Amino acid sequence: MSFTLRKDPRGVVVIGVDGQLIVGNRHELKQKVTEALDAGERKVLVDFTNTGYIDSSGLGALVSLSKKLRDAGGELRLAGLNEDLRTLFELTKLDTLFNIGDTTEQALASF
Amino acid sequence: MAERGIEIALRVPTALDVVEEAVDLVARHCLASGLTPRAARFNLRVALAEALANAIIYGNRLDPGKTVDVRVVVTPSLLTVHVADQGDGFDPALVPDPTIPERLEEEDGRGLFLIRQLVDEVRFNDRGNAICMVLRRA
Repeated sequence: MSFTLRKDPRGVVVIGVDGQLIVGNRHELKQKVTEALDAGERKVLVDFTNTGYIDSSGLGALVSLSKKLRDAGGELRLAGLNEDLRTLFELTKLDTLFNIGDTTEQALASF
Repeated sequence: MAERGIEIALRVPTALDVVEEAVDLVARHCLASGLTPRAARFNLRVALAEALANAIIYGNRLDPGKTVDVRVVVTPSLLTVHVADQGDGFDPALVPDPTIPERLEEEDGRGLFLIRQLVDEVRFNDRGNAICMVLRRA
């Protein structure tokens, strides 16, 4: 499990989650987003295209990061959730909290 | 008379990095158990991973001297997963609903809620340190 980070020409930091976002690696994601924030970035997209699983700790980390970015005048968006991951967001009603794009490209185009 | 069933038992150390392996072991055994493919791939895996993480973090409080016992019983009609830690237990009735508007932005507290949403029945022992999750077979 790991994270990839790239800056899209449209000014969005795109963080890809490869594998899982769980209690064991959520702090790494938090650190990456916090570093981007400290570097002046305000638009962050977390790309779950290559993600098989998010646990409740991972969901919590996204909630906390979203709040942090919003407080700094920015926004955290999500994209590329498979059917199972989308179900987790729907069950926990977090789909009402996040802007979730079907694909990374769609999310970037509307950011 | 209780239904006869096949039983799988695992003793899991108090370490978060073994959760995935333990879930894989159980899910692999249960793939052919008659659960729908999605229930085996998603409902069972998520519920067991959340129960194990809760047992390790909140139950055993990450104490490496303690273990978590997992017991899976497969009968013709049900798949029952028991997860027991060595902690003091808790009162599940006191766990708030994480989906109410004032709690939606809390970082923690969604594990038990997800379990309740994904399995057919959830029971606890009186002490509150053992959860029993029941999935009906297709």
